[in-house]
Amino acid sequence: MAATVIETPSTRKEKIRDWTKPAAMAIPKEGYFSLKNGRYGPIYPRTPACHGFTIIAKIKPGREETIRAYGKTIETAIADMPDALATLKLHYLRWVLFDIGKDTYFMYQGIFDTDFDKYTEDAVALFKKVGVNTVFENLEGFPEDWKTNVPAFVKFVREHQCPSFLEYGEYPYETADEIKKALQLKAKFSEMLDLMQ
Amino acid sequence: MAIYRPPLPKSVGRELRKADAASLEFEDIQHFLIHRSPALAARYEFLTFREPAAGRAWLRAMTEKVTTAAAVRSGQLDTRWVTVALSWNGIRALGLDDHSLASFPEEFRQGMATRAEALGMTGANHPEHWRGGLASTDLHAIVILFARDVPERERCRVEHEKFLSQCQGVEVLSSLDLEAIPPFDYAHEHFGYRDRLSQPVIEGTGEEPMSGSGPAIKAGEFFLGYPDEEGPSAEGPKPEILSRNGSYLAYLMMEEHVGAFRDFLRQHGETQDEQELVAAKLMGRWRSGAPLVLTPEKDDPKLAGDYQSTNDFDFGKMDPHGYACPLGAHIRRMNPRDTAANMNRRKMIRRGGTYGPPLPEGAPEDGRERGIAAFVGCASLVRQFEFAMNVWANDPNFHELGNERDPIFGTQDGTFDMTIPKRPIRKKIKGLAAFTTIRGGAYFFLPGIKALRYLASLT
Repeated sequence: MAATVIETPSTRKEKIRDWTKPAAMAIPKEGYFSLKNGRYGPIYPRTPACHGFTIIAKIKPGREETIRAYGKTIETAIADMPDALATLKLHYLRWVLFDIGKDTYFMYQGIFDTDFDKYTEDAVALFKKVGVNTVFENLEGFPEDWKTNVPAFVKFVREHQCPSFLEYGEYPYETADEIKKALQLKAKFSEMLDLMQ
Repeated sequence: MAIYRPPLPKSVGRELRKADAASLEFEDIQHFLIHRSPALAARYEFLTFREPAAGRAWLRAMTEKVTTAAAVRSGQLDTRWVTVALSWNGIRALGLDDHSLASFPEEFRQGMATRAEALGMTGANHPEHWRGGLASTDLHAIVILFARDVPERERCRVEHEKFLSQCQGVEVLSSLDLEAIPPFDYAHEHFGYRDRLSQPVIEGTGEEPMSGSGPAIKAGEFFLGYPDEEGPSAEGPKPEILSRNGSYLAYLMMEEHVGAFRDFLRQHGETQDEQELVAAKLMGRWRSGAPLVLTPEKDDPKLAGDYQSTNDFDFGKMDPHGYACPLGAHIRRMNPRDTAANMNRRKMIRRGGTYGPPLPEGAPEDGRERGIAAFVGCASLVRQFEFAMNVWANDPNFHELGNERDPIFGTQDGTFDMTIPKRPIRKKIKGLAAFTTIRGGAYFFLPGIKALRYLASLT
């Protein structure tokens, strides 16, 4: 398996690749250890729980049911086309609605293996390709011209990103592709054992 | 995203292409990204405007020298081709109002030197080491001169020098002379790799895409004011005249360390054949240009010259594990073909040439600077050029590789590797040396002819 090089809290480049050793990382308030700029803003570090984001935004009044209905829409879309989101290199998505006082907030949590800006760009392209409107359109402050203005979409996402202050990985830094390869190997191996009976 | 369209009968295609061609405003588009000049020499001059009025007077005169796409398409035989482009600071120095200046995309306003970190230009590649005033806010304009041969370039150089002596307030910050290196029968760079093998074809130019290159790309991917691969044209800079028929250019001057490159080949290959294979594995093509996916075991120079076949391959289906072309090879990163999403939104047009004297085969490194000075043309620097640099060239985890960057073009500092898939066990080269160093770079706006006239007439 390939060695993984990551930026550690000390910003020293170290080779750390030991999936047997769970790891935790405390992250400063800004979301990064030292300011390094990417194409649309600061680069967030890859952590033992990979890349990801937690976007929290207030929903437009009366849109709760519309947002909830997206759950079923996405479920059906993925059932029909399981690789629809392959580009995004996701591990997990979690969508949550919750109230603070009289307002309702939407939380979009994703764990993935590409960098933050690429994820957002790919997501915009994906929404446009399948012709769906994004659930984000139900959020306050979301740019209406998002389809022709990717930088504005990225800006919204960055402005509503709440960086973690702790992330943990039971099998740290492993990508979804590596995990799928390992499971595939296991399946092939047991198939091989079957053939040897 | 490209929508698949079944091929039309040939006659229908011809009519459609004519109609497309009619809709591209060739008289208003500079020739640079439409047409590759048959030039053996070139000169780039980087200029600063000390006085707005002087800058405008210079631009007014130069606009009349600019070669349009229409002129080239008319078949007229030229011996020199002129292109003029401006930095954001240059447009400001000409006197464009603040509101319009703010309508240019952020990455262009900031300029390449400010964006260096996102582009991976660190260490020896960092703008603090750049020369010729390229990292300075004084860089306002570039004149790109392509000439049929060296005497013609020299004639034009003297002519421009004379003209500049009359333009008090416009100064040359630096310049670069370029010459093709022998043998002249095909384009190649100092490492010996054949160049210009895979270029996008622009819809509306009437050119036929090469086999395996997919359909022609919508003009809006390269020129402002036209529909792009996702639909109607994206919003351009203000006023409207600036968002018609212009493009953005990313300029890169990249030194090639030929001695270090040849040492590396000798270190990793005992025989000439083994060394050629190592060179091919870094690039993904043999130095002849023949692609490893089509001819993995030995070179096939005939294939390289066959434009119908040399691009007719993919990676995902034909070489998924990289046994022929390694997953991290240069061409697999710069054009991942079927292994990346939204490829038609990442296409770029390359132009440029080699500078410095060739290093003869077998000669020791002579310490003289040589390399490539090239332009990438596109409609969005952040979506096309910066994406390629950030995600494809310099992302260590490209294709799950973990600790690699583009072996030729990426920022190397001796701490990255190169994996060459091989049965039964892959070969891993540790601590790849830097074969190239960025010596300068800049972002330019390549305006349409009317936009050039508009900028030259600001008051």
